[in-house]
Amino acid sequence: MVAGTGRERAADADALVDAALAGDRRALARILTAVENRTPVAELALRRLYPLAGAAHLVGITGPPGAGKSTLVAALIGAAREAGRAVAVVAVDPSSPITGGALLGDRVRMQSYATDGDVFIRSMAARGHAGGLASTSTAAAAVLDAAGFDLILLETVGTGQSEVEVAAAADTTVVLEAPEMGDEVQAIKAGLLEVADIVVVNKGDRPGAQRTASQLRAMLVAVGRAGGGVRNGAGARSPTAAPETPPRPRPKEPEVLVTTATTGDGIPELLQSLDRHRARGHEAGDTPARLARAEAQVWAILADRLRAELHVPANRETTDATIRQVAAHELDPFAAADQLLAGIRLENPSRR
Amino acid sequence: MADRPLKVLIAKPGLDGHDRGAKVLARGLRDEGFEVVYTGLRQTPDMVVTAALQEDADVVGLSILSGAHMTLVPKVTAKLREAGMDDVLVVVGGIIPDDDVTELKKVGVAETFGPGTTIAEVADYLRAHARPRS
Repeated sequence: MVAGTGRERAADADALVDAALAGDRRALARILTAVENRTPVAELALRRLYPLAGAAHLVGITGPPGAGKSTLVAALIGAAREAGRAVAVVAVDPSSPITGGALLGDRVRMQSYATDGDVFIRSMAARGHAGGLASTSTAAAAVLDAAGFDLILLETVGTGQSEVEVAAAADTTVVLEAPEMGDEVQAIKAGLLEVADIVVVNKGDRPGAQRTASQLRAMLVAVGRAGGGVRNGAGARSPTAAPETPPRPRPKEPEVLVTTATTGDGIPELLQSLDRHRARGHEAGDTPARLARAEAQVWAILADRLRAELHVPANRETTDATIRQVAAHELDPFAAADQLLAGIRLENPSRR
Repeated sequence: MADRPLKVLIAKPGLDGHDRGAKVLARGLRDEGFEVVYTGLRQTPDMVVTAALQEDADVVGLSILSGAHMTLVPKVTAKLREAGMDDVLVVVGGIIPDDDVTELKKVGVAETFGPGTTIAEVADYLRAHARPRS
């Protein structure tokens, strides 16, 4: 364990960043470890790397367990490598809520590119984070982006209906479905399918794949077209008021594709579809996805900093006492939060 | 953040297809609180080393039941050294004669685990000997 002084840490971080930018994969891997463990080195490294990131296409791959996410990722790596692109993968698997351990098994499907120097695969345990990614996945992607990978695939844990976090972490979100996973009612429920930029029905060689795809197309695309009308047109709002209210968020209109990841069928089409979505994003200035990502990162750091601030020696006693008051019902939690916030503003000239 | 899980790469180099033991160990170490990267069957030494490097593993566990350990294991440890990863703890599981154990330890294997070893013994050994990355 490198404890060390602040200056040593800064030197460590600088050396790692220099090496990683020069193509040293080991240094890159160590920065990712620091990011995962949220060490001081990670912050120092990210401060240098973040400005260098932003050029890569971040693609989120999500869907239920066993739909074929890892196999699809492997197939996409192959197609992207044929096009000469450097590909990085961040593959997240769940951590045990009981022991904290994890079995990270996504590499098993990605063996064909195990020693390709322009492919970098990193497994991450979710470590108790519930949104489908690890809390540090976005930062890990930024590191890989800065290191020059052009396509970064973020593979989530197997998801259910509401783990939509990946949509904020990625430029393009691909939601995988397996054939015959549900009827049209499943397709019109709110949640995961709503955040899809591309819906992929994988295992296209199975019976029912085309039918599942057409059901999804009918339900998702039709609803998307009717978007504004369906959501605004219930008559509650007068037409004259409409221009003054902010535009209602419109559902996306995802493209629905069929792939067979094990054979590669449909994969070139998926890569083209990803490229089209990326190009559309560039035209639109990439704003919604990138703003969401920036916001999520800044909020997470703010929350961390606030928590840390409340636990520095000068504040710890007050913080603990306030929380005890809430536990004893002498103070309500809102008042407690207000008091703590006010305390920080008053007596926090400097921390570092 | 004090107690970071150790990251263990479990690989099966060589051509034998008997991965039940590796899978049971991977599962067992998961239950012991390790983050286990399982890479699957038929790994070449290059594949093992690249995976260990990309994952920044604290431990590389090699499961070999084919009898090819004297060919495969020294290649893995040599390539790990080449890649600057000589601080990674390398352990081997399988049926390994005592003479070979001595030889393997000379080329950088920290410990070997034969039939009858319990998951708890492996876990305790790794916790005592692996150095977690910062």
